Amino acid sequence: MNPPPIYQLDALRQTYAGRTVLDIDRLEVRPGEILGLVGPSGAGKSTLLRLLNFLEAPAGGTITFAGQPIPAGQAPLELRRQVTTVFQRPVLQQATVQANVGYGLRLRGQTPDGQVDRMLARVGLADFARQPARSLSGGEMQRVALARALVIRPAVLLLDEPTANLDPYNVGLIEEIIRGHNAEHGTTVILVTHNVFQARRLAHRAGLLLGGKLIELAAAETFFTTPADPRTAAFVRGEMVY
Amino acid sequence: MQDVVRGLAEALRLIATGDGELFEIIALSLRVSGIALLISTATGVPVGVALGLTRSRLHGLITALLYTGMGLPPVVVGLFVYLMLSRSGPFGLLGWLFTPSAMITAQTIIALPLVMGLTMTAVRAVDPALRVQVRSLGATALQEAWAVIVEARIGVVAAIVAAFGGIISEVGAVMLVGGNILGKTRVLTTAIVLNTRQGEFTLAIALGIILLALAFAANLALLRLQGKA
Repeated sequence: MNPPPIYQLDALRQTYAGRTVLDIDRLEVRPGEILGLVGPSGAGKSTLLRLLNFLEAPAGGTITFAGQPIPAGQAPLELRRQVTTVFQRPVLQQATVQANVGYGLRLRGQTPDGQVDRMLARVGLADFARQPARSLSGGEMQRVALARALVIRPAVLLLDEPTANLDPYNVGLIEEIIRGHNAEHGTTVILVTHNVFQARRLAHRAGLLLGGKLIELAAAETFFTTPADPRTAAFVRGEMVY
Repeated sequence: MQDVVRGLAEALRLIATGDGELFEIIALSLRVSGIALLISTATGVPVGVALGLTRSRLHGLITALLYTGMGLPPVVVGLFVYLMLSRSGPFGLLGWLFTPSAMITAQTIIALPLVMGLTMTAVRAVDPALRVQVRSLGATALQEAWAVIVEARIGVVAAIVAAFGGIISEVGAVMLVGGNILGKTRVLTTAIVLNTRQGEFTLAIALGIILLALAFAANLALLRLQGKA
């Protein structure tokens, strides 16, 4: 028997200035999986992540998280703290690398002792601990953002184009960290990207978002090799899909 | 040029000889401006932060009012405080006119919009994505606001520095409401005006140099604080 989903979305809808940008009939996210959602710009990927992180309230529908229906995006703090996002552009505070990585722990009233140093070593930034975070390169800053998210041991890690504009070395490193953390801690990962290759490398299941709608969702192997929907097939081939 | 050199020498002599009258004037200048700065910081920073963090329909009007307040002519503030504190004014019973309390009141009114307006601008300049990011990391509304304040700290200190510069060097308001009474309400700026009128240029320049040195030292201290923040 499958464990209950960590997220269940029903008739989830979001609108901005009267325009519907997301309209998902149903989506279940399994605990411990890496779910890759691909789609072109404007498909509603980032909007979906903001809703899953309870950063905004949906226009309609329901989000059930860990078995609890969340009314109007108002998740209680203890549930909200089980989810975090690494955004495409790392937003770091004007402080050292160490202070940035320990920020989430301090928010929770925890003393960031050895965890921060271990996490910095894990992302290959142990030697940068005392450096101002904003003096690092783009790839290093994104690794700081990833370490800051992982050190709080979230139940769900949301990744919004986490390696866009990064060099292949940092892309490989970040993917390896995500894969390792998921395997080691069973963290549910939801990755949204327009990079089909990255989704294929990381995801257990994959889906296509197009015009705010979930077109197809399947096991990664099926999704990338024998997709059911012609739009998925076209997107996976690298063709323009609208 | 000779006057400036003589003024510098006189300033050094007055300090070296421990001139009692001079030190009394310096102490009163620092006390009046220091208390006014403390009051305007304690009230202006929280209000500026609140204005910077929120958006209301009155946002444009509030901003316009604050920016107007930042340019208030000290002499107009002095006139207003004078009328309020004069015997026939609504606060005449306090008996503050021609006392340091009146000078502190006037300088607080001058400093408050500066602290509030510049703090609001500093908070608004913080990357909006930071708020989203810290919320995503599990910050409460209060923790989110604090993260923004910490990020805006350089601008907040700059607001306090600007306010201090504005009030330690103003003369119109303190002259009107303080009266430049020796041993009671005479501060550096009013002493400079008096000595200039009396033709005592060397002493006026000496006092000016001391005023500049004080402002420089205070700003240096605030900037060091900013560096440590």
